[in-house]
Amino acid sequence: MPALTDELKLGLDAPICLTWELTYACNLACVHCLSSSGRRDPRELSTKEAIGVIDEMRALQVFYVNIGGGEPMIRPDFFELVDYATTNGVGVKFSTNGSRIDRERARELAAMEYLDIQISVDGANAATNDHVRGEGSFATAISAMDELAAADFGPFKISVVVTRENAGQLDDFEALANQYGAELRLTRLRPAGRGADTWHELHPLQEQQVDLYHWLLARPHVLTGDSFFHLNALGDENLPGLNLCGAGRVVCLIDPVGDVYACPFVLHDEFKAGNVRDEGGFAKVWKESALFTELREPQSAGACASCGQFDACQGGCMAAKFFTGMPLDGPDPECVSGHGEHALANVGVEMRPISTNDHSKPVRVALSKTRV
Amino acid sequence: MSATATSTFDVTTSWRLHPRVSLRPEPFGALAYHYDNRRLNFLRSPDLVDLVKILGDHPDPRAAFDALSLDPSRWSSFEKALAALAASDFLQPV
Ligand code: SF4
Ligand code: SF4
Repeated sequence: MPALTDELKLGLDAPICLTWELTYACNLACVHCLSSSGRRDPRELSTKEAIGVIDEMRALQVFYVNIGGGEPMIRPDFFELVDYATTNGVGVKFSTNGSRIDRERARELAAMEYLDIQISVDGANAATNDHVRGEGSFATAISAMDELAAADFGPFKISVVVTRENAGQLDDFEALANQYGAELRLTRLRPAGRGADTWHELHPLQEQQVDLYHWLLARPHVLTGDSFFHLNALGDENLPGLNLCGAGRVVCLIDPVGDVYACPFVLHDEFKAGNVRDEGGFAKVWKESALFTELREPQSAGACASCGQFDACQGGCMAAKFFTGMPLDGPDPECVSGHGEHALANVGVEMRPISTNDHSKPVRVALSKTRV
Repeated sequence: MSATATSTFDVTTSWRLHPRVSLRPEPFGALAYHYDNRRLNFLRSPDLVDLVKILGDHPDPRAAFDALSLDPSRWSSFEKALAALAASDFLQPV
């Protein structure tokens, strides 16, 4: 029998991991926001169109969808859409900064079935978190957790993007999750969206990557969205997960205006496969678009071909390579064997792609140079 | 894929697909999703997919193997696959 990974590379009849960003509007302005969110886009899907997208998911047997944004709870029809999805066999996991979760909304959320909530924090204390997510955002997230706990929501998820600044706080994040009976989810920082500007300062250092790999190996219950498979090159043991870049194969993203991208971290024209408003809808984009067909063809290992670790790490993340201006068939910029760092040094700033999809508010919060 | 737990899988009783499990056809077989525990399983052969669908109509798994004329040399691998599904609650005793 061929390996599961090889079968998945050929693509599935429908995605397993479908992310749907409901709006580009956001009350925060995190410096690493993967979708450069801030302002609502006037072309965002109407309620009726969004219901149509859910109907398509049901028909395709997409069992659950990851809802995000922007801040998805800002949409006035947020509860209506979530309710429609969950009562039609499409479970929902949504990511929020917590700002809209007050007592009443926490109760409303607790009453819904097939609903998972993921609260984002990027530091285990206010200083570290607020440095990237903005003043007061840690307190807001904690208050949302308190409300969910008080409403008996059950185990929610605490979602952390691992950065150079918080990589030393993994145990603290675990303690925070335990305190709430929550599940911890750690994901990788990609140079996508506004993250393209801040990645070079924020991505974990090599020794932090090594620690993270061992920390995760010892904690298979910590969720990672399969995002750290490039770390598998560090040892004989693989982290749990599918161990492949799923872009356009098992993963994709629908953005607020209905554009379909290969993955949530490649919001760029080059990875846009179509729009749910096109004839044939999402299903046709998923099954027939030229981009997704191409991504399901055998990919060359390029410069990684001569590396003994290729089976373990698959050359890493396409998005990370793309936005740092590196060849897609070469090593990941965070290649644990050091090949990325080397290659990165040869890429001039002018070789990095220019954003084609920025909804940042006019005044951007810059990452200050002061250490935390 | 979930861990195998052959020891807890009784091949002498009747099993069926958990009513909260949905199957989605895929080129390699099917993707199974459990709406209660929200886990995914990959059923990586069309025969396995046919098998879990008819399992509940038979007094025990081997009767189902027979009904599908599965070669006896493959029975043990199917039993292992069923045991793994039972361990993650995708199958339940009837
Ligand atoms: S050279 Fe490529 S395959 Fe080898 S460890 Fe680095 S990214 Fe992975
Ligand atoms: S491009 Fe990166 S983030 Fe996107 S699916 Fe591939 S590995 Fe994951």
